[in-house]
Amino acid sequence: MIALERRPNSSRLWLYATPVLAVFLTVLSGAVLFSLLGFNAIEALTAYFISPLRDSYGLGELTIKATPLAIIAIGLAIGFRANVWNIGAEGQLTLGAITGGGLALLFYGAEGPWLPPLMLIGGMVGGAAWAAIPAFLRTRFNANEILVSLMLTYVAGLLLSYLVTGPWKDPMGFGFPRTRMFGDEALLPTLFAGSRMHIGFPIALVTVAAAWFLIARSFIGFQIKVVGLTPPAAGYAGFSNAWIIWATLLTSGALAGLAGAIEVAGPIGQLTPSISPGYGFTAIIVAFLGRLHPLGILFAALLMALSYIGGESAQIELGLPLAVTGVFQGMLLFFLLASDVLVHYRIKLRPAREGV
Amino acid sequence: MDILAPILISIIAASTPLLFAAIGELVVEKSGVLNLGVEGMMLGGAVIAFIISVETGNSALAIVAGAAMGAMMAGLFAVLTLGLLANQVATGLALTLFGIGLSALLGQGYVGTPLTALPKLNIPGLTDIPVLGPVVFGQDVLVYLSFVVTGLVAWFLYRTRAGLVLRSVGENPHAAHAIGFPVIRIRLFAVLFGGAMAGLGGAYLSLSYTPMWAEEMSAGRGWIALALVVFATWRPGRVVLGAYLFGGLTLAQLHLQGMGSSAIPSQFLNMVPYIATIVVLVLISRDATRIRMNAPASIGKVFHPDG
Repeated sequence: MIALERRPNSSRLWLYATPVLAVFLTVLSGAVLFSLLGFNAIEALTAYFISPLRDSYGLGELTIKATPLAIIAIGLAIGFRANVWNIGAEGQLTLGAITGGGLALLFYGAEGPWLPPLMLIGGMVGGAAWAAIPAFLRTRFNANEILVSLMLTYVAGLLLSYLVTGPWKDPMGFGFPRTRMFGDEALLPTLFAGSRMHIGFPIALVTVAAAWFLIARSFIGFQIKVVGLTPPAAGYAGFSNAWIIWATLLTSGALAGLAGAIEVAGPIGQLTPSISPGYGFTAIIVAFLGRLHPLGILFAALLMALSYIGGESAQIELGLPLAVTGVFQGMLLFFLLASDVLVHYRIKLRPAREGV
Repeated sequence: MDILAPILISIIAASTPLLFAAIGELVVEKSGVLNLGVEGMMLGGAVIAFIISVETGNSALAIVAGAAMGAMMAGLFAVLTLGLLANQVATGLALTLFGIGLSALLGQGYVGTPLTALPKLNIPGLTDIPVLGPVVFGQDVLVYLSFVVTGLVAWFLYRTRAGLVLRSVGENPHAAHAIGFPVIRIRLFAVLFGGAMAGLGGAYLSLSYTPMWAEEMSAGRGWIALALVVFATWRPGRVVLGAYLFGGLTLAQLHLQGMGSSAIPSQFLNMVPYIATIVVLVLISRDATRIRMNAPASIGKVFHPDG
């Protein structure tokens, strides 16, 4: 009989090996899935994982998609470490897009180089404000932050839809539900010719570095860790639980809002009803895949970004359904969670015990 | 009188998927497991029930398939959380993300396919009674099933020995294990039942409520069902009450939209169920003692015999 025996200390080897194992198993299952759908597995996997990386344009696209994923996942990971489950990053991203994009519309025709930084700050404020609602309701009324932040995601989507079909609709837009294109100076500068890579990616790298410092070297990082691992110890040490909830939710909200503002000021350039293909949810997978560690999150974000553009490329090249991306992402998280058992437990073969 | 019956019928229609999903999750949580994958399992049930119904024309088979799909997805959750001791919150989220993707993939060829709604029961004589007739005797089979299931769950949990064991597993799995109850197996059954019920809720959506398939057609109902369990303080009777309150609210909102009042944009009316969920959660949760007294004590915690 197979039994699990708890390890005295969690295994560092498996902690870093399991994400690799999970990716390997996902690709393997992907091959099976593609075959079942009637495609040549090798061809499909090539279209999915290799083709997008062949030219500098593709690499640029990779960074464009990785940017919001990394920024959001960094924020979520800080909360997850403290057992604060912000699941509504998608809504906070939407709010950040609304506030950041709203500034671009407000100053339309009066832009200057000061506008993009202002939009990014506006996005952070918007996202943080949206995350402040679950923070307040959790600390004041004990309401579950998972459900509140998730419900607010739907509300934010409807708010955006109202704005772009109502007051903010482009009068010259032929009735399409979207705002006018932002002025040129409201857009984030691109970094290289021949690629859409923009300044958002360096911002993501800075976020990663700042988060690493926060988690590894700061007192609040230490508090977060203690609260997450042993809440009673945190209580004895006098760390305020409410303060941790506020700090982590506002941080993750601000970062999700930043990602939203980057999206509208970067690749999109206007507000439309759907500004994110679920980045806020995929970032949850990114956070876990990256082991809640900033550097790990950066790699995980690049990988998940590949799953997005791979999905698009496989759709164009082979006519594979785009929904495969979601299945891939879900599978990856399943495999990761399943193989996690190796980190904390040893698998033992032992004879079935009698009695008991 | 003429408008009362249709209103009641629509409230029942809007409430039934919530009732199925919430009563299933209630049993799961009573056993000490938190499965946040309800939304994903509902979508799985909805898409499979729809496909089977379109392909075979057999609605009984479609309903069973919807429930089976929900249970299968719950089985995946069980393997991970009960077998491999994975974090329940993360696994539930993964199940929802996976369910959204999988249902979109499976349902790809079926978007826009028409389907006749499940037939309503029609008992000559009884169904003709004004108001009461069509409301009580003119529903489809899933509506009746939702009430049968709720009644059975209430009876099972509070009137049978097996129900007592299940609740004790949710309160203190280590004590239950020490006495000799198979904690993992009991939780497995609870999780599978919860999945089947979420699948039925989904099947009701795609077979009866809006007989069609659309990506993410559950529109957050799985999450609202999770909130309803908290609202009901883990009691079956109050789950019915909560589900019907939400059904009524959904209907009121649809009616306001139907009246075409341009004073309130439709988006704001559409926000109502989500905001109501938050309000309800706040009202119930602010009494922390009440939640602590009613919530299964071991909810969401991984169980391993070694402790």
